[in-house]
Amino acid sequence: MKSEIDLIKRIEAYLFQEMSDEELLTFEKERKDNAELDHKVVAHLDFLKTIKGFGERKELELAMNQLHEEFDIEALKEELVEKPSKVVVLFNKYKRSLAVAASVAIVVTLATLLSTGQFNKEEHSSKYSELKRDMENIKRSQSALIRNINKSETDNSQYGGTGFALSSAGYIVTNYHVVKDADSIYVQDNKGESYKVQTIYVDPQFDIAILQITDPEFKSLAALPYTFKKTNAELGEDVYTIGYPKDDVVYGKGYLSSATGFGGDSTAYQISIPVNPGNSGGPLMDNRGNVIGIVSGKQTQADGAAFAVKSDFLLKAIGNIPQDSLKQKITINKKNSLAGLTRIKQVKKMQDFIFIVKVYN
Amino acid sequence: MSSKINHSKPTDSEIILGILNNSSSTLRYLYKAHFPMILQLVMNNSGNEDDAKDIYQEGIIILHDKVKSGDFELTSKLKTFLYAVCRRLWLKKLSHKSRFSENIKDYEDHFAVETEIVQHEEKDQQLALMQHALTDLGEPCKTIIEDFYMHSKSMQEICEKFGYTNADNAKTQKYKCLQRLKKLFFSQK
Repeated sequence: MKSEIDLIKRIEAYLFQEMSDEELLTFEKERKDNAELDHKVVAHLDFLKTIKGFGERKELELAMNQLHEEFDIEALKEELVEKPSKVVVLFNKYKRSLAVAASVAIVVTLATLLSTGQFNKEEHSSKYSELKRDMENIKRSQSALIRNINKSETDNSQYGGTGFALSSAGYIVTNYHVVKDADSIYVQDNKGESYKVQTIYVDPQFDIAILQITDPEFKSLAALPYTFKKTNAELGEDVYTIGYPKDDVVYGKGYLSSATGFGGDSTAYQISIPVNPGNSGGPLMDNRGNVIGIVSGKQTQADGAAFAVKSDFLLKAIGNIPQDSLKQKITINKKNSLAGLTRIKQVKKMQDFIFIVKVYN
Repeated sequence: MSSKINHSKPTDSEIILGILNNSSSTLRYLYKAHFPMILQLVMNNSGNEDDAKDIYQEGIIILHDKVKSGDFELTSKLKTFLYAVCRRLWLKKLSHKSRFSENIKDYEDHFAVETEIVQHEEKDQQLALMQHALTDLGEPCKTIIEDFYMHSKSMQEICEKFGYTNADNAKTQKYKCLQRLKKLFFSQK
């Protein structure tokens, strides 16, 4: 410790030239001989430099800070800072409103898409609507009806469609989607008579259901005036249908517009005909009184594109029914009595064979 | 004074001479001449006026030290050197804040000044250590050291200021202080 202070003393004396000549000579000789001493001297010199540097820096900083006070910063800023362009200024000003507006737009878009069923995974359900009728009016009065349900067994059906006779024995064909999930099914003819029916065969793939009137009050129908076409109908052919989109029979006329149905379905025709919920299961007739199909649905996003299952598949479905299970065989009518008649007479004759299908569940 | 300077703009070599001679008027001229340039650079590259002040003063210090160290060769204009240094410093600060990549709006020519910055940073570290050591040293040692080594006061003045009986006593005190400072300074490393 002591020696170190002595050393500092000597080095300082050396550096500040306070040594006598004799001492100086001795010190320089020692420095030459003793590398360690020499190193210490250099290090000390360095250290003093750092101290001096520190002092200088402090002074410089002080001076600069004083000089800096003299600037008119605001004026300089005014002059030098780039003004953002008008667009940027406007954007900054209305950033918030813009953000809000954009969010609202997004929410509205999403809500619209959601409510219109754009996000529905089932593509068909969004574009293809089945034409069974939701009995809205009946639904509304349902609470009243439930109260005196025992007294009145009147209409409390929930869905309705159309069906038409396959044979005079009381076999009726309609769409599978009309009678699906049904607890009980009734058919009503154009005179207002209701008969209970039983489903005897369904073919979900072709959307066909065959019903049989089991009601004891039912007496057989007259002979069917129409026949069923086995071959495909031609494009552009005039067609018509008769159905029950409301409680009274409705006639609709159009033409066959494509040989395939929805999404290229080869089991159906595309028809251009005004059809509505309730038309499902109605017969699609050609000019000569042949059934060429069963009206089954329409495309919601295209105008005048309805679909009908080809009669071909109806006949195949009938063929598929195990005949043993039937009380009476289904005999397909081969005698057409409509062919030569005018459309008005055809429709008049057919009405007796077309039913409202009422579904209760 | 300032109007006189304005009339006769000193050349770059005159400024260098002024710095070497610790001329305050040279510092005044230098400091005043280029601050707007750096203010423009910093303010238009996501900084504020305080950032600009810090960066500019650091730039001036680097220039100052470089001139003083004697290895400053006038290969470019002083203004360009200053701009290049401040630009580099600001980029570094921005990347620290990770606000910016390498793209900033430039207003002047510039060149690479990496060595200058590194040297400056080393020196800054040393000075920070010294600041610490001096603070830890305490009074009266701190003032004695400052008076003698920084303000170049004579031992006689110091002796009188602190009321030592003679200059030798003051000297011994100074040596002790210096030794302690050394110890504090190097023990931090």
